[in-house]
Amino acid sequence: MTVMWVIVFFFAAGILLGRLLRAHPSLIRFADRLAMASILLLLFVLGLSVGIQREILAHLGTLGLQAAVLTLGAIVGSVAAVQLLRLPTRKRR
Amino acid sequence: MRTSLVILVCFVAGILTGRLVPLPFSLAPDDYTVYVLCALLLFVGISVGGDSHFWQALRERDNLRLALLPFLVAVGTLAGVALVSLILPTVSLRDALAVGAGFGYYSLSSVLLTQVRGETLGVVALLANLMREIATLVLAPFLVRFFGRLAPIACGGATAMDSTLPIIVRFSGKEYSIVALFSGIVLTAAVPFLILIILSA
Repeated sequence: MTVMWVIVFFFAAGILLGRLLRAHPSLIRFADRLAMASILLLLFVLGLSVGIQREILAHLGTLGLQAAVLTLGAIVGSVAAVQLLRLPTRKRR
Repeated sequence: MRTSLVILVCFVAGILTGRLVPLPFSLAPDDYTVYVLCALLLFVGISVGGDSHFWQALRERDNLRLALLPFLVAVGTLAGVALVSLILPTVSLRDALAVGAGFGYYSLSSVLLTQVRGETLGVVALLANLMREIATLVLAPFLVRFFGRLAPIACGGATAMDSTLPIIVRFSGKEYSIVALFSGIVLTAAVPFLILIILSA
């Protein structure tokens, strides 16, 4: 778990750095591209370790089903929660 | 949409390489991926902090409904996954919450959870959050019709600021694009923090 704190520290540092760099959109776009490249690399590595470990591939169906159930919960929960904002309030227009 | 495809192609290419190419060296991804992951979070942070919508969203006080939106999406999502985790005997409440806290941001949440909880949960996070993005793209007109114009923004979660924004604008209306951007970017920024909190609680 220590590693998660380090990772989140980098994220927080990035947000502050991004704020300082707001006047330089080209640098922000460059950071975007580097983020994309890192994501592609990391997902390739994740795919690689999934490909090597037969047991994950063998359980892909089960994992997919779990994912689908979690997705359903997430969607129903979030859509239900924002219904609170539809409760009648003062009309603005 | 094109970006999502490129990302998926990379993941599938990894699986195929792992399956088909006999690697002459043993892979210990934990050793070096953590550096790439730290770099990734730094770059994503720069991208979030460099977006004026993010700071605007944090300052938002005049419009309570707007400020409440990402908060409600987060609470609703976590409550929903907590509830369904009851019928998933092999998924603990904590893991379900961690997957849910991806809010559709599947690339980031899957690599984060792979690092701290292993490949299995990483794959579940990848699939679940990818399904959320696809469901938003497919269900947007239905959601608007039955649950209002905020529903696709809620469904899209963190993706409401980029990959699902065009479809939200199309079905909720142009006037909702700023709302979607606000909600999406606040949720995007919340992903790493929430995953940390959930996994260390």
